[in-house]
Amino acid sequence: MQLQEKIIEKVLLLIAFSSIIILTLITFFIFEEGIPLILNVGLKAFLLGEKWIPSKGFFGIFPMIASSFWVTFGSLLLGIPLGLACTIFLSEFIPPFIATLFRPAIQLLAAIPSVIYGFGGLIFLVPLIRNHLGGPGLSILAGSLVLGFMTLPTIITISEDALKALPPSYKAGALALGATHWQTIWRVLIPAARSGIVASVILGMGRAMGETMAMIMILGNAVRMPVSFLDSARTLTTNIGIEMGYASGDHRQALFATGIVLFFIIMALNTLAIFLSKRRAS
Amino acid sequence: MHANSKLLRWLLLLLAILAGIGCQRSRAGITVAGSTSVEPFAELLAEEYMAKHPETHIYVQGGGSTAGIEAAMSGAANIGMSSRNLIDTEKKLDAVTIAKDAIAVIVHPTSPVGDLPLDQISKIFSGKIANWKALGGPNHSIDIVTREEGSGTRESFQKFVMGKEDISLGALVQDSNGAVRQVISSDPNAIGYISLGLVNGQVKALRISGVQGNLTNVYNGKYVLVRPFLFVFNGEPAQEARSFLDFVLSPSAQKLLLREGLVPVLEKLR
Amino acid sequence: MNRRRYVTQGIATIFIWTGALLTIAVMLLILFQILKEGLPVLRLSFFLESPKEMGREGGIFSTLIGTATLTLVAIVVGAPLGVGTAVFLREYTRESKMSRMIRFGTDCLAGVPSIIFGLFGFVFFVIKLNLGWSILSGGLTLAAMILPTIISTAEESIKAIPYSYREVSYSLGGTKWQTVTRVVLPSALPGIFTGILLSVGRSIGETAAVILTAGSSLVMPTSLFSPIRTMSVHFYILAREGISMKMAYGTGAALILFVLMINMMAQWAINRYIRRRT
Repeated sequence: MQLQEKIIEKVLLLIAFSSIIILTLITFFIFEEGIPLILNVGLKAFLLGEKWIPSKGFFGIFPMIASSFWVTFGSLLLGIPLGLACTIFLSEFIPPFIATLFRPAIQLLAAIPSVIYGFGGLIFLVPLIRNHLGGPGLSILAGSLVLGFMTLPTIITISEDALKALPPSYKAGALALGATHWQTIWRVLIPAARSGIVASVILGMGRAMGETMAMIMILGNAVRMPVSFLDSARTLTTNIGIEMGYASGDHRQALFATGIVLFFIIMALNTLAIFLSKRRAS
Repeated sequence: MHANSKLLRWLLLLLAILAGIGCQRSRAGITVAGSTSVEPFAELLAEEYMAKHPETHIYVQGGGSTAGIEAAMSGAANIGMSSRNLIDTEKKLDAVTIAKDAIAVIVHPTSPVGDLPLDQISKIFSGKIANWKALGGPNHSIDIVTREEGSGTRESFQKFVMGKEDISLGALVQDSNGAVRQVISSDPNAIGYISLGLVNGQVKALRISGVQGNLTNVYNGKYVLVRPFLFVFNGEPAQEARSFLDFVLSPSAQKLLLREGLVPVLEKLR
Repeated sequence: MNRRRYVTQGIATIFIWTGALLTIAVMLLILFQILKEGLPVLRLSFFLESPKEMGREGGIFSTLIGTATLTLVAIVVGAPLGVGTAVFLREYTRESKMSRMIRFGTDCLAGVPSIIFGLFGFVFFVIKLNLGWSILSGGLTLAAMILPTIISTAEESIKAIPYSYREVSYSLGGTKWQTVTRVVLPSALPGIFTGILLSVGRSIGETAAVILTAGSSLVMPTSLFSPIRTMSVHFYILAREGISMKMAYGTGAALILFVLMINMMAQWAINRYIRRRT
C-alpha cells in the first residue's frame, strides 16, 4: 500500500512537471531550428535589417518588429480608454445585478474566434478606411482597431479584479470627505488599483503581439517599414503565418528565428505582468 | 481499489482501441501536396476520382511548389504539385505536365485601364509607376498586390514580367490566388496577378499589348505568361498514384480542367 | 468651484456610458451581421453534407468531424495531465520552490501565442515524430495549449473543497490517493468539467496552430493519422479566398453558435458549482 502511494506520488510529480517539460520542448525546438540562421546572418543584421527578401538571402525583420509594436500600441490607444470605461461602467456605474449579466457577455467576447474578428474587420473596417481615409484599407489602423477590441476582455476582467480587491474603506472614505462619485473613481480608486490595471494592459499587449489570423486578414502584409497608420504592414506573427506554408531551408529557419524573437518579446511582457500582479498581491 | 482499477482498465482499453484505429497509417491513401495554384484543380480531380474509386483516399494539401517538390523528394507526399519548372537540383525527380496555366494580370472591373504592355506592368509592380493617372486612370495611388515569396505563381510572374526588377517591397502580400482575387475585387485601385483559370466576374483580366489572355492565344503562343502545372514523382509511383495520374491525363479529366479554365495537355482537345 | 466638479462628473458619465455602449454595439454588429447572413444557410443538410467543389457547395460535415476528433484528442491527453498537475499541487505539496516553479511554468505556457505552438507542433509532431499533418499532431498541440486552462480551473475547484471532506476520509483510514480519487475529485468534478468545456471552446476557435499541424484536407478522415480541416480553418480559407461568401457566412455562423453555446454552458456551470461554494 505504502509502495503504491509512493509510486502514485512520483507519477503525479512527473505529470505536474508536464507544463515545464512542454515549455522546455517548445523553447528547445524553436531555438534549434532558428538559431543556426541567426548565427549565419548575424544577430544585428537579422534584428535591424530592413529588407526581407528570402529568395535573395535578405533576412532583416526590423520592419516586422516595428509593425508589431506599432499595431500593438495602436490597439492600446483604443483598448485602454475603452477598457477602462467598460471596467468603471461595470464596477461603479450600474447596479450589481445588471453587472452580472454583462460580465458573461465580456467572457463571450473573449471566446469568439479571432478569425471571426478578422472577417468582421475585413468586411466593415477595411472598405471604410479605404474609402474615407485613403490607402488600401488593409492597414495598421484596421489591425489596431480590431486588436483593440480583441484585447478588451483581458483588460476589463483583470482591471475589474484589481478594483474589486481594493478595501471598501477607500471608496467610503473619499465619499465621506465630500468627493463626487467621479472624483472618487478617478482620483482614488483607479490610482490605487494602478498596478493591477497596468498588469492587465501589459497582458493585453502580450495577447495583441501574439495575434496572427485576424492580422493576416486585415494588415495587408507588405514587407516594408510602415510610415503611417494607413500603410499596410506585416507583424512578426503574420510573417510566420503567411510564409510558413511555403518555406524551406534557410527561409523556414528564418521564420523560426522570427518565432524566437516573438517568443522573447511576449515572455518578457508576460513575466513583467506576472511580476506586477504578484507585487500587488503582497 | 475496485472502482479505481476498473476505471483504469477501461481507460487502457479505450487507448488500445484508439491506438488500433490510429495505426492504420499504411492504408491512408495517397497524398498530393504542393502548389496552391494547382491545389484547387487537384482537389476537383481528386473528388472526381474518388467518386469513381471509393476505396481510394486522396489527400490534397497546399504548401507551395517548393514545399511540394521537397515533399515528393522526401516521400512525405506521393505526388508533388508544382506550378513552375524543376530547377537543376530537383532534376532527379520525374515531372509530368498535367496542364498549362496562364497568368492573368487583373484589376478591378471598374478600372478604366484594359490594356498594358509588359514593360509598363513591370514598372507598376516595381513601384516606378505609382499613380493610375500615369496610365490614363484616376488620380490615385496604385495598390499592388503580389503573392508571397516561395509561391510558384510569383516566381513565374517574376521570370516572365519583372525580369531583373524586384517587386516593390511595399506591395500587399496575399498567400493564395483566391485571396489576391478577393483584394482586387474589393479595391478599385488595386492590381495583381492570378492564375487565368481563376479569373471570374469579380475581376478584369488585362490585355497584354493587345493580346487577351485566353486559350486560343495560349495555344498560338501569342500570350506569353504561361507556366506548366506539374505532377512530380520520386521514382516509380505507387500503384494508386499511377492510377490517379492516368486518370488526370485522360480525356474526361482534361475536359474538366479545360472547363475550369486551364489549358489541357491532351492534343485531341485543342 | 462646486459646480465644476459636477460638470466633470457629468462629462465623465457621458464618456463612460458611450464607451461601454460602443463596445457592446460593435460586438453585436459583427455577430449580428454574420448571423444574419449565415443563419439561413444552416439547414440540416448543411451540417450533414461534406464540402463539395472546394467548398462552393455542400456543407461542413467533414469539418465538423475534424473539429470534433481534434478536440477529443486534445481533451483525452490534456485533461489527465492538467488534473494530475492540479491534484499534485493541491494535495501532495505545500507552497515551495518547486510548486512556485511549476506555477510559473504554467503561467508562461498560458502566454505562448498560438503561432508559436503551431511552429512547435509542426517541427516536433509533424516532422520529428513523423506523425505528419494529422489529427494526432493537431490534437497533441492543442492539448499543450489547453493545459494551463485545465490546471487553473481544476486547482480552483479542488481548492474550494472544504478540508473537512478530506479529514473524514483520513480519519476513516483512507490513503491519500483514495481520498483524492473518492472524495476530492468527485466533488471537484463539476469545476473540472467546466475547465474542460472552456478548453473545448478555445480549441474550436483555434486556427493558426491547427493549420500548421493538422493540415487542411477536406476529405473525411480515416484514422488518427489523417489530415483534417476544422471549422475555423474552413471559415478562414473560405473568407479569404472568396470561394463562396454564402458558405463562409454559414460556417462562421455555425462557429459562433457552437462557441457561444459552449461558453454559456461553462458560465452557467461556473455560477452553479463554483460560486456556490465560496
